[in-house]
Amino acid sequence: MTELLELTVADAAEQIRAGEVERGDYAEAWHERAAADDLNAYLWTPDDGSRMSDDEQPGNDTAGTLNGIPIAIKDLFCTKSVPTTAGSRILEGHRPVYTSTAVRRLQAAGASVLGKTNMDEFAMGSSNENSAYGPVLNPWDRRRVPGGSSGGSAAAVAGGLAPAAIGTDTGGSIRQPAALCGIVGLKPTYGAISRYGMVAFASSLDQCGPLARDVTDAALLLGAMQGPDPCDSTSIGIEGGVAAPSRADLAGLRFGVPKELGEDGMEAGVRQVFEQTLERIRDLGGEVAEATLPHAGHGISAYYVLAPAEASANLARYDGVRYGLRHDAGDLIEMYETTRSAGFGAEVKRRIMLGTYALSSGYYEAYYGQAQKVRTKIAGDFRTAFESVDFVVTPTSPSVAFELGAKTDDPLAMYLNDFFTVPMSLAGIPAISIPAGLAPPDGGGPELPVGFQIAAPAFGEAKLLDAAFALEQGIGFDARPAEGS
Amino acid sequence: MPGGTLVQAPCAAPGSRPAAPNIRRVIDREQVLHVARLSRLRLAEQDVEKMAGELSGILEHVDRIGELDLDGVEPTSHVVDLENVMRPDEPRPSWPREQVVAQAPDPEEGAFRVPSPQADAP
Repeated sequence: MTELLELTVADAAEQIRAGEVERGDYAEAWHERAAADDLNAYLWTPDDGSRMSDDEQPGNDTAGTLNGIPIAIKDLFCTKSVPTTAGSRILEGHRPVYTSTAVRRLQAAGASVLGKTNMDEFAMGSSNENSAYGPVLNPWDRRRVPGGSSGGSAAAVAGGLAPAAIGTDTGGSIRQPAALCGIVGLKPTYGAISRYGMVAFASSLDQCGPLARDVTDAALLLGAMQGPDPCDSTSIGIEGGVAAPSRADLAGLRFGVPKELGEDGMEAGVRQVFEQTLERIRDLGGEVAEATLPHAGHGISAYYVLAPAEASANLARYDGVRYGLRHDAGDLIEMYETTRSAGFGAEVKRRIMLGTYALSSGYYEAYYGQAQKVRTKIAGDFRTAFESVDFVVTPTSPSVAFELGAKTDDPLAMYLNDFFTVPMSLAGIPAISIPAGLAPPDGGGPELPVGFQIAAPAFGEAKLLDAAFALEQGIGFDARPAEGS
Repeated sequence: MPGGTLVQAPCAAPGSRPAAPNIRRVIDREQVLHVARLSRLRLAEQDVEKMAGELSGILEHVDRIGELDLDGVEPTSHVVDLENVMRPDEPRPSWPREQVVAQAPDPEEGAFRVPSPQADAP
């Protein structure tokens, strides 16, 4: 049983295909692990009665690239008849009437739903502490956060509760938890994967992506999910599909380090692992150069106007009429207000307020209009940078996993966790976080994973995954959380 | 910026933010209550001041973008260069009505029942 859990997704799929591993045994081993979740990583796992039989999985195609692989799904993805809450009380018990395209594509490749993972409410957060169903614990140190918003997906993969997972990334919500949990997380180019059936947060930024043990598994999941979808007119897919990454070195590739990176606010341990990783790039024949992203430092400001503004519009649909929670009241407006006030958590209310303010009469140009222009400048900065470098690299997060409660009283401090990940989201370009080493937090403590972020031009996933794969092999990160940390 | 108070916040990288500055709040109690009404949210009395403080802190940081000279820069609403994505207009069945309505807190005769919008009307 244990050996089955050690297999990567790529190896397990290969062995199931070859008849060396029984599909049912493999799935059973993972369902047992998921059911034994002690990290609060899952919001829903099937009991024996509700587990979908092979017949109900649309794919069940033994030729599928993910044949027989159970995958953990962030609770932001609609799954037909299976509870989908987006981590919110306002959707408690909601059972969608359809399944999101991303999940359907996984199923069509032969995968199944292992469970629905915990998350910050409506994907708003960087620590998973905004879930209405309690925080997820980091398997490396249970007193610490796993990152967010895809914290349940990241903790499930890192804690050995899932072979792989999917999440969503609006400003860093795949990459940052992947970094804090010591796994691989990929935010594809905006438009690579359909958003149909993904509960909307900020529609011009939201993108689905994989969280996996290694780059090869991330590529496998991306390959299964990507592609245009008539149900999402912004979906394009990745031309030529996604092959298994195979590059052995980094010769001839230039990696740009933004000179605006700054020492301020970055933990010493994170800085050290980042420098070591640059050295590893050179060892592998790559070139490290300076890049400049003059407007990236304004990314957080622009993001925290644009994303809340879009969220305030998207979340207007939770009004107690068509689904989810309702608090009865005398008249319609009062019903809306009491329902929304009872159903949304503090951070979601904060963002709705912020977005409504930024869009309100008299403030629109100064906030929303200006932020959209900053977005243009940041996208332009990346385009210019990519004329002289192949990739832009940064630490994924300024710190290692922080303690539960450390930043809950200071929303802005929480937002600054996304300092390195937000610019790529605004530019719509793909970026991956791979585990680069361990470092202690400032002030001492146990050694915790540090993520290294690599960003590429739009739809440059093939090159990005190849480079990440070569670097992954060069780094040879094989640390695991200790049992019962 | 009509009606707005642009606070010039110091340029700050993560972690280097100064302690809460002792300046006028960007958004005050009245504005919080107005925005809450627009947002269809009710804030408990003790949360109004807290919200004003938190939003002001965030907006002070955000206001940094007001310092940039971006005249003539095109705003980006969407990063993907797509125009008028068309598909054939073919009728197809929608989700079954009874399944959709079954998700509602108060379904009635295949529809969504709500309190009367005119309950308080004269």
